[in-house]
Amino acid sequence: MNPTAQKVISGDIRAVARLIRDIDDGMPGVREVLKEIYPHTGRAYVIGITGAPGVGKSTLVDQMVGHLRSKGETVGVLAVDPTSPFSGGAILGDRVRMQRHSLDDGVFIRSLATRGHFGGLTQSTRSAIDVLDAMGKDVIIVETVGVGQDEVDVVKSAHSTVIVVIPGMGDDIQAIKAGILETGDIFVINKADREGTDKTLSDLRLMIDMDQKKYESGRWKPPIIETEAVFDKGVTDLLDEIGHHKNYLQKSGEGLHFRRKKEKVREELADMVKQRLIEVVLERLIDTGDFDEAVDSVVSGKTDPYTACDHLVQSRFTIKPGK
Amino acid sequence: MVAKPGLDGHDRGARIIARAYRDAGFEVVYTGLHQTPEEIVEAAIQEDVDMLGLSSLAGAHMYLFPRVIELLREKGADDIVVCGGGIIPDDDISKLKQAGVREVFTPGSPLDEITEWVKEHVRPRD
Repeated sequence: MNPTAQKVISGDIRAVARLIRDIDDGMPGVREVLKEIYPHTGRAYVIGITGAPGVGKSTLVDQMVGHLRSKGETVGVLAVDPTSPFSGGAILGDRVRMQRHSLDDGVFIRSLATRGHFGGLTQSTRSAIDVLDAMGKDVIIVETVGVGQDEVDVVKSAHSTVIVVIPGMGDDIQAIKAGILETGDIFVINKADREGTDKTLSDLRLMIDMDQKKYESGRWKPPIIETEAVFDKGVTDLLDEIGHHKNYLQKSGEGLHFRRKKEKVREELADMVKQRLIEVVLERLIDTGDFDEAVDSVVSGKTDPYTACDHLVQSRFTIKPGK
Repeated sequence: MVAKPGLDGHDRGARIIARAYRDAGFEVVYTGLHQTPEEIVEAAIQEDVDMLGLSSLAGAHMYLFPRVIELLREKGADDIVVCGGGIIPDDDISKLKQAGVREVFTPGSPLDEITEWVKEHVRPRD
């Protein structure tokens, strides 16, 4: 067996940390390691936490980790923060709320930046989940800012998806209604000591109740929980609901090994192929110089980007011009 | 990673440095205030960072900085470059460098000098 894979499976912190970084940096050799650890995945329970910036996700995660640890469960945390579109840099500050767990060897916390890559966040985060799973963590919490398709896809890799909102964010709820809100298995109203909690509660309830027919046929009805994460209020209720959802998944046949299910494997594999194709194709176009040539001819006004694109694609591959 | 070891509660400098690194295109993990050397080293290992910047404005740097370096060595993570910054008397700087701190930036150091130093001295991976 590959020595890195061996170390990861035995829970070696440095090996795990380095592998996650290699995944993120797209280093060569990573795929071989991932292939070997894959048979050791599929045991961890994955919880996705998402919501707008400042709603208290990191604080909530910190409290959840505390409670899970007191029950003897080992925990991995992946905290995703946005990359600056201007400099490519990022400040990863989620650890600030979770530092009390850094000396606990039953907890592994890792920050990830969204970076700019095409759908790559989803892929590298999924791989990072696999790494923490293979190292033996019982529960993996993925925290992400709930904007953008990538982040939605990330939380879709979770068994239970928790959406966090705060009172007075009515408009924000509207804004995300059609996107991420639909993916929620559990809703949390954090900072529930604030004015407007009742209004937010009734807004959410109304939205959830619109799907009443589905619940009557036995589908999971998302509960709404009020929390004050800073004071550790309501956090055990949240964990109880996650437990209920886990039971539901087990009983309903949606299954805990859902990432091994056909439709999910199909979706993940399609993502993987897409990303790999983009990498391979772009690399080839750049290596041959065709790509830069095309860029130059658009810049100099010799052609337009649509023609340049068709030309690039046709010259290398037998594909009909795009519509 | 930018970290604040010890009981010093002033992190404006550390946050400005973190921001400057971000604007220079680095990914910066910020740990927050009141960290023990043990917590900082564990976090740096879990995050697999290239460089660790320690900020101290309260006078305990002669214990805290060398302790961080000692722990990194113990954990086999002494490939992580350690820098210091803050209110650090000139006499202490050479002692800290002897202990393994690669560079010390005191008040008045231009931000681009600090970020340039990293580009020159922290080797990117192949």
